[in-house]
Amino acid sequence: MSTHAEAIEHGHGPEAAHEALAHHFDNLEQQREAGALGMWVFIAQEVMFFGGLFLAYLIYRMKYPTAFMAASNHLNWKIGTFNTAVLITSSLTMALAVWATQTGRSRKTQVGLMAATLLLGFIFLGVKAYEYNEKYVDGLIPIAGWFDPVGHNVHIPAGVTTGQYQMFFWLYFAMTGLHALHMIIGAGILLPIMWMAWRGRFSPEYHSPVENFGLYWHFVDIIWIFLFPLLYLLGAHFGKGH
Amino acid sequence: MSTNTTAAAATGTREWRSRFPTVNYLNADYGIWSWLLTKDHKRIGLLYLISVSFFFAIGGAYAGAIRLELLTPMGDLMQSSTYNKVFTHHGIMMVFFFLIPAIPGVLGNFLIPLMIGAKDMAFPKINLLSWYIFMAGGLITFCALLFGGVDTGWTFYVPYSSNFSNTYVTLAGLGIFINGFSSILTGLNFIVTTHTMRAPGMTWFRLPLFVWSHYATALIMILGTPVIAITILLLALERLSHVGIFDPALGGDPVLFQHMFWFYSHPAVYIMILPSMAVISEVVATHTRKPIFGYSFVAFSSLAIAVFGFLVWGHHLFVSSQSVYAGMIFSMISFVVAIPSAVKVFNWTATMYKGSISYDTPMLYAFAFIGLFLIGGMTGLFLAALGFDIHVHDTYFVVAHFHYVMVGGTVMGYLGGLHNWWPKITGRMYPEGWARFAALVVFVGFNLTFFPQFLLGYMGMPRRYHAYPVGEPMWQVLHVMSTGGATVLGIGLLIPAVYFIWSMRYGRFAPANPWPGTGLEWRTPSPPPTENFLVTPVVTWEAYEYRPIEELQTIGPGEPDQPIDGQHPANRGTETEER
Repeated sequence: MSTHAEAIEHGHGPEAAHEALAHHFDNLEQQREAGALGMWVFIAQEVMFFGGLFLAYLIYRMKYPTAFMAASNHLNWKIGTFNTAVLITSSLTMALAVWATQTGRSRKTQVGLMAATLLLGFIFLGVKAYEYNEKYVDGLIPIAGWFDPVGHNVHIPAGVTTGQYQMFFWLYFAMTGLHALHMIIGAGILLPIMWMAWRGRFSPEYHSPVENFGLYWHFVDIIWIFLFPLLYLLGAHFGKGH
Repeated sequence: MSTNTTAAAATGTREWRSRFPTVNYLNADYGIWSWLLTKDHKRIGLLYLISVSFFFAIGGAYAGAIRLELLTPMGDLMQSSTYNKVFTHHGIMMVFFFLIPAIPGVLGNFLIPLMIGAKDMAFPKINLLSWYIFMAGGLITFCALLFGGVDTGWTFYVPYSSNFSNTYVTLAGLGIFINGFSSILTGLNFIVTTHTMRAPGMTWFRLPLFVWSHYATALIMILGTPVIAITILLLALERLSHVGIFDPALGGDPVLFQHMFWFYSHPAVYIMILPSMAVISEVVATHTRKPIFGYSFVAFSSLAIAVFGFLVWGHHLFVSSQSVYAGMIFSMISFVVAIPSAVKVFNWTATMYKGSISYDTPMLYAFAFIGLFLIGGMTGLFLAALGFDIHVHDTYFVVAHFHYVMVGGTVMGYLGGLHNWWPKITGRMYPEGWARFAALVVFVGFNLTFFPQFLLGYMGMPRRYHAYPVGEPMWQVLHVMSTGGATVLGIGLLIPAVYFIWSMRYGRFAPANPWPGTGLEWRTPSPPPTENFLVTPVVTWEAYEYRPIEELQTIGPGEPDQPIDGQHPANRGTETEER
């Protein structure tokens, strides 16, 4: 081992030449393993982070099923489905970008696939902004003093209080808002990775930033896969709100 | 290993020192930016040391104010609203900015790569980032205290904190939210480092128990901290939007906040105690010169504490409208946590049996830890019992219990660890005589402060009150004892602060392996070079291959636990005079 370490120190080892190898790792394989495990651990903490919101959603949904069903009918499931498709496609392009760096495709292919991912991400966020605006128009922003569905001719079924309605939208904005924030952060991380790809930094030997970012992006995608049915679909069959 | 053999021949410490490379992590680079932009885990550990000491001093000052107020039954020093802020600030500073980061941040960061034979943490930049996040969170919270403070108690219970309190709850919450990410990143680094950075031959079951315990701590940091982060985020959003999921006006349930808060904050006490147990395992083995009794039991008991720790949060809600059946289950699981805790205490005691026990300062703190943790842990069982808990709920009995665990546990472990590895950290010995004296003062002061509080609580003195009835003369006697003890404890904590700083300049030069210990951290110079080891170590021995001191004396120094300066620990009597 020590001879191996010395070899690296003196620049004779095969990995020693690689500019991406940090000083405290023995080789790129160890570095790649550390990075991947780090991202998985980070994702584990993200699950717990979102978990608090999912818990609150479950409790109040069980407590106020009618209110949550009625309120969820104000969400447009067609737009939601479109956005889900957009996000899943962005995951596909991201997976292809990882493949492109792993197999050493041209940097144009790498950057192109990442740009497609970014574009689809922005489409998702744009649609989300449109949806938020719709809620604003209907007086469904759950802030004290703003929340006024009755004043905007939104029908609230009998036996449901405005407060319970507001609770649903509070959770809706907290959950989708936090999800959108994760996408914005993701876009911010993807930009420097695209720059690195454009500079030809990634190769079959070294591509862990792309791989780990891919893990993150898929994770954010999966959060949405849970949010979409919980917020948009559950209850939509049970009664027409409008 | 060649360094060891050369050193064994050395006679004096000065001579010894000249045989080692003079460049180490402390003098490799100078200037403020070489510290503030360092990616060296050892320097980051020292940054944490400075910052947690700062926050500890603030928290301690508030503790002094609390004890001063309670000297007399009347609320004559401050009004009740001021007192609310004072105990809140004491709690916030001590819990979030001292107890949780202290041992992992200082000793964990410094020692884990050394102990596993790595050059650094897996993510040195993230390690530095976690310190900056810690400082940002700490200073934001500190600003909230300066601007006017928070009066909710460190537990931030809704609806008082969300709808009523007119203090800087949001700003303090923001600081704690940000600080949480520091804890998460530290935990992430520990886990990945332990998995991927071990030296050749360093198998999982050759790891020092320090690393196992920090691994368990890191699991809690990763899985618990995000929950408090989202809880505090929801609380802040609720304060800003004036409605939210905990708001009874919308049909929300304030008790949900308590569930989410304690889902983190109960495991958080294991974030505080497990690193301390990590230190004690090392200290007991080193200073009794025996392998730890039941290594794998101690290792797995750390993981068991981490797992069970997540399942007991409901014992904070025995009187908060939680169902009786839930209460019974939480009570039962709380009793179960005692099993892995007891495994540790019994195994440390069994390790000492027929060992060559030294009475150096780290071992004194280990004795203190075991005794105080025993009392803290056993009274925890009292509180886990439903009936008794309802009787003493929110009294000083609870206050005394968790101070025995947190101060008697974490602070003793932290001080013991600092003394044990001070020679490695600074390359200098602390003055042994003063240190033993200070350990005694801390122990006496601590018990005098907190033991009377058990009696007070049992008599019915509630926590978080700034005044108490004049008609209960016994209460004041006990409060006076407690305040007197706090004074002694404060002095006992100041003495190490003084001699640690003094020793950095005037202390005797430390050999590479002063105790001597068997861990990898003792097989590299003191202080270690920037990349920790001159050559990548290859581990061929089990953890804690100690021999009794008698064997050392008859057979003489040899692998693997020889004293590197050629001196036996028994002959080190004159060390404080040598400079």
